[in-house]
Amino acid sequence: MIELSNVVKTYAGRRIVDGVSLTVKRGEVCALIGSSGSGKSTTLKMINRLVEMTSGTIRVGGEDIERLPPEMLRRRIGYVIQSVGLFPHWTVEENIATVPRLLNWPQPRIAERVRELLGLLRLDAREYAGKYPHQLSGGQQQRVGVARALAADPDILLMDEPFGALDPITRGEMHAEFAHIHETTKKTILFVTHDMDEALELADELAVMEHGRIVQFGSPRQILDRPATEFVHDLIGMSQIGLKRLAVQRVAERMRPGEPAPGDAIDASATLKDALSRMIERHTDRLAVRDEAGRVAGAIRLADLVA
Amino acid sequence: MNVPGNKVLLLLWLVGAAAICLTGFVTHAPNRLVSGEPLPLWTVAGPAALGLFAALGAVLIVAAFLAPNRTPHFAVGVAAAMLLLLALAIAGEAATALLVPDHPAARTSLGPAFWIVELAATLIIVDAVQRRRTGPLMRLLVALVVSGAVGLLMVSGRLDALSILREFATHRDTFAVEFGRHCLLVLAALVPAVVIGAPLGVAAARRAGLRQGVFAVLNVVQTIPSVAVFGLLIAPLSALAARVPALAALGVQGIGAAPAIFALIMYALLPVVRNTEAGISGVDPAVVDAANGMGFTPRQVFWRVEVPLAMPVVLAGVRVVLVQTIGLAAVAALIGAGGLGAFIFQGLGQYAVDLILLGAVPTILLALAADLVMRTAIDLAGGTGRTS
Repeated sequence: MIELSNVVKTYAGRRIVDGVSLTVKRGEVCALIGSSGSGKSTTLKMINRLVEMTSGTIRVGGEDIERLPPEMLRRRIGYVIQSVGLFPHWTVEENIATVPRLLNWPQPRIAERVRELLGLLRLDAREYAGKYPHQLSGGQQQRVGVARALAADPDILLMDEPFGALDPITRGEMHAEFAHIHETTKKTILFVTHDMDEALELADELAVMEHGRIVQFGSPRQILDRPATEFVHDLIGMSQIGLKRLAVQRVAERMRPGEPAPGDAIDASATLKDALSRMIERHTDRLAVRDEAGRVAGAIRLADLVA
Repeated sequence: MNVPGNKVLLLLWLVGAAAICLTGFVTHAPNRLVSGEPLPLWTVAGPAALGLFAALGAVLIVAAFLAPNRTPHFAVGVAAAMLLLLALAIAGEAATALLVPDHPAARTSLGPAFWIVELAATLIIVDAVQRRRTGPLMRLLVALVVSGAVGLLMVSGRLDALSILREFATHRDTFAVEFGRHCLLVLAALVPAVVIGAPLGVAAARRAGLRQGVFAVLNVVQTIPSVAVFGLLIAPLSALAARVPALAALGVQGIGAAPAIFALIMYALLPVVRNTEAGISGVDPAVVDAANGMGFTPRQVFWRVEVPLAMPVVLAGVRVVLVQTIGLAAVAALIGAGGLGAFIFQGLGQYAVDLILLGAVPTILLALAADLVMRTAIDLAGGTGRTS
């Protein structure tokens, strides 16, 4: 859905982005992660041409982005930024309706879409549609920002540190919201973050950037199991790497089908970290596991977690 | 009755009371050129008027000592407005009573106590309106009602014996002409200043190099005394008119309206450019970034996002310019541009204070009215969606 090949951005003789190639498949969530100045934000902004690349090619949905006028391209790509950037002189409803209006949708369709999105973001339309951005909390503003990005139903969502400015509790809520939105809409999402835990939790694939290059690309598990460089290693934060590995694997992968176990069952879709926590809580080394239908399908042992 | 709840009201009341006790309410003189004899309020007001005056004063002083959350702002405003009108009526009655058929040159002018009472009453009304958190349109209505009542009092003829109105009667025809000229001068300066200044401000917000240059020039212009600018323009504009007959045909010459309007535009540019630049630069970069990212064209970003968000600041600049230009236009009469300043300079030449007031008072009232209208416009423009 998004293909970057050998993309370069030079500012005043310095290569900020230095030959980045990256593919994000349809419906996937990819995190661009790195420290500040690694070129991750610049890479993201080249996709909707807020920053023009120096050389290379970017294709969105198979189409070369240079072929389209920038405005047309941007109306097809949802865009969410850390500081939200809601239009302070417009109501929540008008903010969400921004791109549909630019695309000249008929008024009833816009109104319908706004209600639908407020529902998706769990904001009561009657209470919030007429409010102005300054009347909302930070988390609510970011929900409206996400709704605005989704308004014209773009295939792709670009998010530039979308949860960076939120407090930890609100950020946790927005992570759940993010998963819920991706579950519901199956958008292709590329987001920038400097928070490895956030990337590991939300993304299917991670692209770790350092000095304008991608130093490692892979699934959360691949990154955790085999950090490619010292930098990736540091970024993960070695203190709890074992727990982090458990957090990206499911009980289903390690369970023993058919084996009985006493007590309440844990979902097969739960993470191994959840399983470990449950064992410690119950002072046991075995848990029953239930499948999606809720039937007990097997068990998992403490020894399986460290295998 | 321990701690006063409204210290502003108390202070204004004390100032008004002191003025009444210590200075003349009206001044009576045998002719308009000599300074007259001050007459205190109690010597010129009838017992009924004096009683009502004292009663209204008592209402205000009691209100000043009520607890802050219990002050009846509406009643205070009404009492102050009635006091304002009553003072005017008393002055008018006094002047009528002092008319002497044998001495048609004798004059009754308004004294210090009158002006201070009127000023204090006006400030009490403004204070009451602010404390009540009255909306912008309601504020405009209050001003219209009070000034309408003053207007009715004037039309009724009860004030005709006052010297300033006798001066007005003498100059009735020229007054309308000069008032119109004054307004035209202001408009002729304001419109070009906004048409030139607003784009210049936008350009200055976009380019740092231009910003420094523009503000350096305009700041210097602002420091030149207005009288000097009017004088300095005589030579170049005369020369220009002599060289280019087309301009001369349009009325450009060394003295008169052309140099006045030119100078007024120069003074008006700085506030317009400064506020436009500040308004555009003050738009949150994140909002502009988001607008670009949503797919607004640069033109749409400007008109739909930057202009509406900058508008309250730009209008605040226009308000400053309007009030400033109304005042400065009075000085333009020095080089023959006319306007209300003509009466002021005529009065200065003849040492006729009432003639000076005939020019000065309408100028001040015009500036206050313009200020009020602009404030209302700004509040309405910025009334939705912004935090303050």
